[in-house]
Amino acid sequence: MIPLSYYLILGAILFCLSVAGIFINRKNVIILLMSIELMLLAVNMNFIAFSHYMNDIAGQVFVFFILTVAAAEAAIGLAILVVLYRNKSTINVDDLDSMKG
Amino acid sequence: MITEKVMFFVFASVLVFAALRVITARNPVHSALFLVLAFFSSSALWILLQAEFLAITLVLVYVGAVMVLFLFVVMMLDINLTKLREGFIKYLPVGATVALLIIAEMIIVLNANFGANKITSPMIHGPGYSNTAAIGGVMYTDYLYPFEIAAVILLVAIIAAIVLTLRRKVGAKSQSPAAQVQVRKSDRLRVVKMPVERKEIGQ
Repeated sequence: MIPLSYYLILGAILFCLSVAGIFINRKNVIILLMSIELMLLAVNMNFIAFSHYMNDIAGQVFVFFILTVAAAEAAIGLAILVVLYRNKSTINVDDLDSMKG
Repeated sequence: MITEKVMFFVFASVLVFAALRVITARNPVHSALFLVLAFFSSSALWILLQAEFLAITLVLVYVGAVMVLFLFVVMMLDINLTKLREGFIKYLPVGATVALLIIAEMIIVLNANFGANKITSPMIHGPGYSNTAAIGGVMYTDYLYPFEIAAVILLVAIIAAIVLTLRRKVGAKSQSPAAQVQVRKSDRLRVVKMPVERKEIGQ
């Protein structure tokens, strides 16, 4: 039998890899979006592992909602990216400073 | 149960490898394809956890729709890859340190006194059990409002994506149905009174 902590550690490893991905690829917006997807996958892994080991279906329902929101987020994020590229011809984060934030 | 363990380790190592390649690949297209591999192997892991519905949803929705969208966008944009990779080496130590710190903390917490080790025997469902029916049973009763809100969120995402990328071409010709419907006979048709034309005989 696989202990629950194996799945949790796997989720933690995935989450850390995506955090590292956000750090080291901070110029490329596409890779940043992919890292966020990976992060959500790690969270979903934890949800499903707990749902299975505690025999509670609510965790899987939450994963369903996370998938919905993540799909919407990816669609809007990529739409913004396309508009950004159309207007500025770049997706480098350093060039996206027109809001002076 | 040794098969289950072997399968877990195989899929987990493929998943970690794919995730590592997602963040280190030079070409964003390769990153997207490795993300597809990551989704596939985590879908296999979810099947090991008896969550078949979500595993199939992950493949259909993520691999089938979201990642294809990513690939479209990556291939559509003509980006300068070398410029985007500039800070890679510079930020690598920071990123690796933070990641290793988080992972070490998580492993210490999970192995020490988190209590996860006490939960050792999940209920193994028999062949007649339907994961989809179980999810549907609570989703359409207890979680009806969140379900409807999720539907509205998807609708908002559709409208937002279309409105954001909509581009009105200058000089493009289009019909205006309202103007077409409102037109009257008097706007278009003019009845002119004129004498009858006669052809002269003999000429």
